[in-house]
Amino acid sequence: MEPFTTHTGRVAPLDRVDVDTDQIIPKQYLKTIHRTGLKEGLFADWRRLPDGSPDPDFFMNQPRYANATILLTRDNFGCGSSREHAPWALLDYGIRVILAPSFAEIFYNNCFQNSILPIVLEARDIQRLFDHVCADDRFELTIDLAAQTITTPQKSAFRFSIDPFRKQCLLQGLDAIGLTLQREQAIADYEARRKQDTPWLFPDLCA
Amino acid sequence: MAAQTLFDKIWAPHVVHEGSDGTTLLYIDRHLVHEVTSPQAFEGLKLAGRRPRRPGATLAVPDHNVPTTDRSLGIADPLSRLQIQTLEQHCADFGITMFSMHDVRQGIVHVIGPEQGLTLPGMTIVCGDSHTSTHGAFGALAFGIGTSEVEHVLATQCLIQKRPQTMEIQVDGHVSPHCSAKDLILAIIGTIGTAGGTGYVVEYTGEAVRSLSMEGRMTLCNMSIEGGARAGMIASDETTFSYIKDRPMAPPAHLWTQAVQHWKKLRTDPGAAYDRVVTLPGEDIAPQVTWGTNPGMVTGVDGVVPDPRSFSDVETREATARALAYMALTPGTPIVDIPIDRVFIGSCTNSRIEDLRLAASYFKGRTVASGVQAMIVPGSGLVKKQAEEEGLDTIFRAAGAEWRESGCSMCLAMNADVLQPGERCASTSNRNFEGRQGKGGRTHLVSPAMAAAAAVTGHFVDIRHWA
Repeated sequence: MEPFTTHTGRVAPLDRVDVDTDQIIPKQYLKTIHRTGLKEGLFADWRRLPDGSPDPDFFMNQPRYANATILLTRDNFGCGSSREHAPWALLDYGIRVILAPSFAEIFYNNCFQNSILPIVLEARDIQRLFDHVCADDRFELTIDLAAQTITTPQKSAFRFSIDPFRKQCLLQGLDAIGLTLQREQAIADYEARRKQDTPWLFPDLCA
Repeated sequence: MAAQTLFDKIWAPHVVHEGSDGTTLLYIDRHLVHEVTSPQAFEGLKLAGRRPRRPGATLAVPDHNVPTTDRSLGIADPLSRLQIQTLEQHCADFGITMFSMHDVRQGIVHVIGPEQGLTLPGMTIVCGDSHTSTHGAFGALAFGIGTSEVEHVLATQCLIQKRPQTMEIQVDGHVSPHCSAKDLILAIIGTIGTAGGTGYVVEYTGEAVRSLSMEGRMTLCNMSIEGGARAGMIASDETTFSYIKDRPMAPPAHLWTQAVQHWKKLRTDPGAAYDRVVTLPGEDIAPQVTWGTNPGMVTGVDGVVPDPRSFSDVETREATARALAYMALTPGTPIVDIPIDRVFIGSCTNSRIEDLRLAASYFKGRTVASGVQAMIVPGSGLVKKQAEEEGLDTIFRAAGAEWRESGCSMCLAMNADVLQPGERCASTSNRNFEGRQGKGGRTHLVSPAMAAAAAVTGHFVDIRHWA
């Protein structure tokens, strides 16, 4: 996985609560067997009007946000389906950081697996950032993961919290499966013990 | 030892390793796989030169893309066909058992796990699907994961986790005989909100929960995710044990007594503390109907479409206005005055035999209203077979409803079963998000009884006062 250390980028606003993964990427784009090329499906139903033309009010169609890499949004972002296609589509479009007062759990977890940093901030700080984005066409933020800070162009900084293990994984771009496989002996010992204690948990479905 | 919750009693024995910061390597007993969220995981394994650690702990089934019409004709959509062929190929390459779409045991992954006896109390169960919470009905810890974690479980049989918080949702008393587990869970989500359970594992308790059948308990746990909780669970009891006994992959006779003795200990001790407790009186719950574009936008069938201006906070006001515009509903409209075009009875929420029996009892001797199309999609080939043995298909067909093959179908409309723009559907599924059942489609979530009554009358009905 690509490490995440610091990032500076343009901020795009998505001022809606409860954005679900069916909106982030509708089902017709889930038939792929690949992880790449999914930006075509990103917000596919919201970026277009019913007649198929681009919705000029949606951030993806506004030139000022054309190269945005940071998404600013509201509560419970990413709720619904567990589809990892949602972070894949955001990443494919170029999004590396998402700022919200809260995230749905599975989506939040899926972001870390793809080197996207989801940051939880107090609702009032999110509101301040929305105010900045509306006021300034070229509003950018700098995120420093090691320092756990977000810095505005005016040099005011927000601190954010993050789980220390997830932080290390992102900073170093660690392969989570590789980490677990380092404990292969512990897993084997566990299985041997459980086979004794609860043998019915070890039927072989292939048999 | 301190009093423990059901969750504590499942979590602790699955810890392979716990770091000083609480990061836990958790062992996974059972892994279910479907065609949509697995191809990239299998591909990842191949690219890294890894093999599944325990292929015998995994079961695969295609369910999202399968046609619900004549399967001997194959799959018309080349992308859907390729996704299913890819699953078949990966399972063959890695020695994983798969029920093909021509196998009578095929069905929605969350229907067939319990049906085959794969879902057992005390297990950890995962699947690349948010409705994995369904399996918690058996007193298991079951939750949805993303594709990277599917690959992680295949390679290691473990997941890296942090211990979640616990929430008790207690439903006291008895619900009306016209209310089902679906009404219960919609009322719960209406109370706690769609993010109320975020960060928690929910245990459902109380008389109204305890008196549910296994089918009802699965419906309840299934929609835990719609309340934000990754997992919901109900302690196992005699209802659970008798459901499991003699199923194909249930513990064999020589281990059965030992297993049941073990399972009987898996319940919350008196005095054990949850991080949060929510209590609902069961008697107050009316049959539920969603009016908006998330499952928390719900009211009793005796209610009206709300006025956005009645909400104090600006975000809720805006979200409500947006939802009503999408749903083409006017504030103040009685729910029973909303006409419908389509009816979908199915999904991992409500496609089991009990759901179909209930729906059939409303269709019996009646016909689907003029202009309404009703579709009934059993949760598995075995549910379909049983329903046909009981003659339920005859009742549905006589009423003018379509009787289909098993699969996820119009719950998310990845196959050919899709709402047309502007169509309004009474659906027994779990999500009423914009476009969920088809772009521009309008979904109202209801119980199987409410869906059947709506099919017959062409609009929602308060079935408590319906002959």
